[in-house]
Amino acid sequence: MIGGVAAIFIFMLAAFTGYEVICRVPVILHTPLMSGSNFIHGIVLVGAMVALGAATSTPQRVIGFVAVLLGAMNAVGGYAVTERMLKMFKSEKEQRSTKEPRG
Amino acid sequence: MRNDLIQASYVIAALLFVVGLRRMSRPRTARGGIIWAGGGMLLATVATFFWPGLSNYLLMAIAIVVGGGISLYLGERVRMTDMPQMIALFNGMGGGAAAAISAIELIRGGAESDVAVLAVLGGIIGTVSFSGSLIAFAKLQGLIKKSVLFPGQNVINLVVLAGALVAAGLLIAGFGGIWIGLLFILAFAFGIMMTLPIGGADMPVVISLYNALTGLAVGFEGYVLGNAALMVAGMVVGAAGTLLTQLMARAMNRSLANVLFSGFGAAAGIEAGVAVGGAMKPIDFDDAAIMLGYANKVVIVPGYGMAVAQAQHKVWALAQLLEQRGVTAKFAIHPVAGRMPGHMNVLLAEAGVPYDLIVDIEDINEEFLNTDVSIVIGANDVVNPAARTDTASPIYGMPILDVDKSKNVLVVKRGRGTGFAGIDNPLFTADNTHMLLGDAQEVANALVAAVKKL
Repeated sequence: MIGGVAAIFIFMLAAFTGYEVICRVPVILHTPLMSGSNFIHGIVLVGAMVALGAATSTPQRVIGFVAVLLGAMNAVGGYAVTERMLKMFKSEKEQRSTKEPRG
Repeated sequence: MRNDLIQASYVIAALLFVVGLRRMSRPRTARGGIIWAGGGMLLATVATFFWPGLSNYLLMAIAIVVGGGISLYLGERVRMTDMPQMIALFNGMGGGAAAAISAIELIRGGAESDVAVLAVLGGIIGTVSFSGSLIAFAKLQGLIKKSVLFPGQNVINLVVLAGALVAAGLLIAGFGGIWIGLLFILAFAFGIMMTLPIGGADMPVVISLYNALTGLAVGFEGYVLGNAALMVAGMVVGAAGTLLTQLMARAMNRSLANVLFSGFGAAAGIEAGVAVGGAMKPIDFDDAAIMLGYANKVVIVPGYGMAVAQAQHKVWALAQLLEQRGVTAKFAIHPVAGRMPGHMNVLLAEAGVPYDLIVDIEDINEEFLNTDVSIVIGANDVVNPAARTDTASPIYGMPILDVDKSKNVLVVKRGRGTGFAGIDNPLFTADNTHMLLGDAQEVANALVAAVKKL
């Protein structure tokens, strides 16, 4: 277990980190970034796996199964759409060098 | 030893998330950022299979394969114009997962009071995010078309929320059984009722808020499970998402409270502003092409109307054609162009427009004075000068793109009507404005053909 005071420190520092990382982001990246942070809370999958793994009764197993299912949807879907959006972002130089068909 | 290795992999995963998020907030490194974060997720997931004393591995594997498969299918197929609602959907799933973890802990019972408090809070927040995100998805997808508004709505919502909090208090005090069910039912209802009255234009802010709430719920359930990876990642997203929500609300000139409790567009019986005098002046394609082809500098202002007409490829072809003639062509994007801040950038990127040709509102507004032609395609309110001058206008005070200050303005528009918000736009009848009426794709095609003939 992580004790109460240690937990408060973890929460505080994590919140500060999240704030600092985002605070000067340009508008052009708002949508992918929202999608990217949406992917990151897909880590709930790990918690759901632990909860299902420790389930001992049928109701617990059913709810745990749903938790893992939803968590996996969050993580995999978040990754897929973020990656799709970000791989389209290219500078003019990059685009010329890859010689993709333009227009 | 095995435990230490698992914990170490969680710490590394949390670190990779932060580094990934950092890289995703810069255009040059953004593409790598998601891969770093993805590596963290993979590491944490694989490590969890080795957690001591777990059972039900088969169920776990089935759930991951089925859930992941559905999402991969949806995520790879969704069109870029529909991206905001897909993000809402995946976010809702995360909130639901956090709520389910909470439910298991509450059913098991016998937790210390601090654990019980966070389990219950995470459960409420996750459930609200789950049902609210589903409504947001349904609205943007066009499955729910009306904003439901009735008198005393805010009061009834508060009563439902208060009911959920009473159930929460009883659960923390050690009650169980029926109260667990009631907690989740009331929280679920609250999420739906809170989201239903909010209009489609405000939905991005709401999705962003639910994103932050899911992060918070995940962080709380991390404490319940004693899992540092969930605590750190959840709280990072909670804070980052809250900030992002504020940035979006500010870009739309709305306060968060205003978005959540007012029902803009649905309720606002917009008083007729100052009637706009004058008539729109049409222009034909050849004249417009001459104007563009012999300009020094052209700024293109795309709006959601362009994306709906799927005209972005043609518009980019036009910009390239102009560049070949020695005309400087840039794209100016309002923060709320598209369905969500930054959405238009994604749509232009899909068409192949390099991000360094796309300019933000702060930088481009100084340039309009020495711009020869601005082309407004499928945008309306974000270029409405009434936001600067007319205190009676509902959008007064909203930052706009000052296209009216450029020497000539071409407006591509489907019809003569007012825009999404139903507000008159004096730009359309200004002396230096000419209208190209028609579907954005057809107009762009005709302009490309006409410029080629020059």
